[in-house]
Amino acid sequence: MPATAGAAAFCAWCGAPVATCGSQACRRPLDPPHFCPTCGRRMRVQVTPTGWQASCRDHGTPDLEATPSEDASYPG
Amino acid sequence: MSRTLIAAAGDALLEHRRQLTLDELSELAALPDEAMASLAALAHEVRLAWCGPEVEVEGILSAKTGGCPEDCHFCSQSAKFETQIQATPFLDTDEVLAAAAETAKLGASEFCIVLAVRGPDERTMQRLLELVPLVKERTGLNVAVSAGILTEDQAGRLAEGGVHRYNHNLETSMSYFPSIVTTHTWTERFETCERVRRHGMELCCGVLLGMGESVDQRIELIGQLRELDPAEVPLNFLNPRPGTPLADRLVVQPLEALRWIALFRLGLPSVILRYAGGREVTLRELQAMGMTSGINALIVGNYLTTLGRSPEEDLQMLDDLRMPIGALSKVI
Repeated sequence: MPATAGAAAFCAWCGAPVATCGSQACRRPLDPPHFCPTCGRRMRVQVTPTGWQASCRDHGTPDLEATPSEDASYPG
Repeated sequence: MSRTLIAAAGDALLEHRRQLTLDELSELAALPDEAMASLAALAHEVRLAWCGPEVEVEGILSAKTGGCPEDCHFCSQSAKFETQIQATPFLDTDEVLAAAAETAKLGASEFCIVLAVRGPDERTMQRLLELVPLVKERTGLNVAVSAGILTEDQAGRLAEGGVHRYNHNLETSMSYFPSIVTTHTWTERFETCERVRRHGMELCCGVLLGMGESVDQRIELIGQLRELDPAEVPLNFLNPRPGTPLADRLVVQPLEALRWIALFRLGLPSVILRYAGGREVTLRELQAMGMTSGINALIVGNYLTTLGRSPEEDLQMLDDLRMPIGALSKVI
């Protein structure tokens, strides 16, 4: 189940609180997100030949639409 | 001077079908940037003459991610470093089959099951021996495996179990390896590669450029690959991973990358030379140039823990270059 939609508390790419991350520098275009935007913990991320899936042990599949992004499209 | 050296290399490789010496490769490695286009053109001609026009397409899957006890300084899957990767167990059979089916749909001929382990334990061996024939049967793909250091017995069992190609990278030269890995030796890697060949599997033995090795060490590596005589050499460029000891290294510059693609082709004229990890961040818009500098295979789609560019872009690139897709075996 996707986590409840809402403003992300943590950067899904570096795991820092959004308030202190505040930059796109940690966001590499060919890296999937690795941190839960709700709790900031590392997620299980499975990359496959044509996609990827991420899930947090406590919050399930993250609602990445709620994560600030320069590009709202996510593969996989 | 450049023209003379390139002409002599062409004469050796195309007229006399003679391998270049390592000294000759060193001279080519020292050519100025202005000679790069000519060097690449020769490498492409050598590729066509020794391997033919086909390009082999492969998909790979990290079927067991992270938690690796080894300390390869470039790798985000090492448990020794604080990286972004969360360790996950061996995927279920259905998940592996689904990834193989994705690969088959892309027109690939090869699918590699990759495990982040020092070497396979008995349980892992059993899983591999169950998966390999299943993937082959369901998808028709040749199945490759990458599961670290093998014993003689394990190499024999994987060969009997239908593994078409076994991947075990040297990564870098013997002289530079201790700067990159301390938990196992270069010799252990070399010996596993020898076992793979001894038991009749095709050897896939890759390299990773951009870790701080010198030009001489890259030439040394080509010489060491020649001793192993692999069917395939995946050419990786370092994509620095956060949290690893190499996180702050700069990526290889595009022109330097193209030079080394050409040199690996000229040094290993009959090998399947595969574009692998790091090409997107290293070559950016120049990826098609690698295909005309000696590359004749590529990993399509995503990598183990990072994403590649879209398979459609790569397939369009091959179509634009009029390069047919096909399964390859090393020319003897």
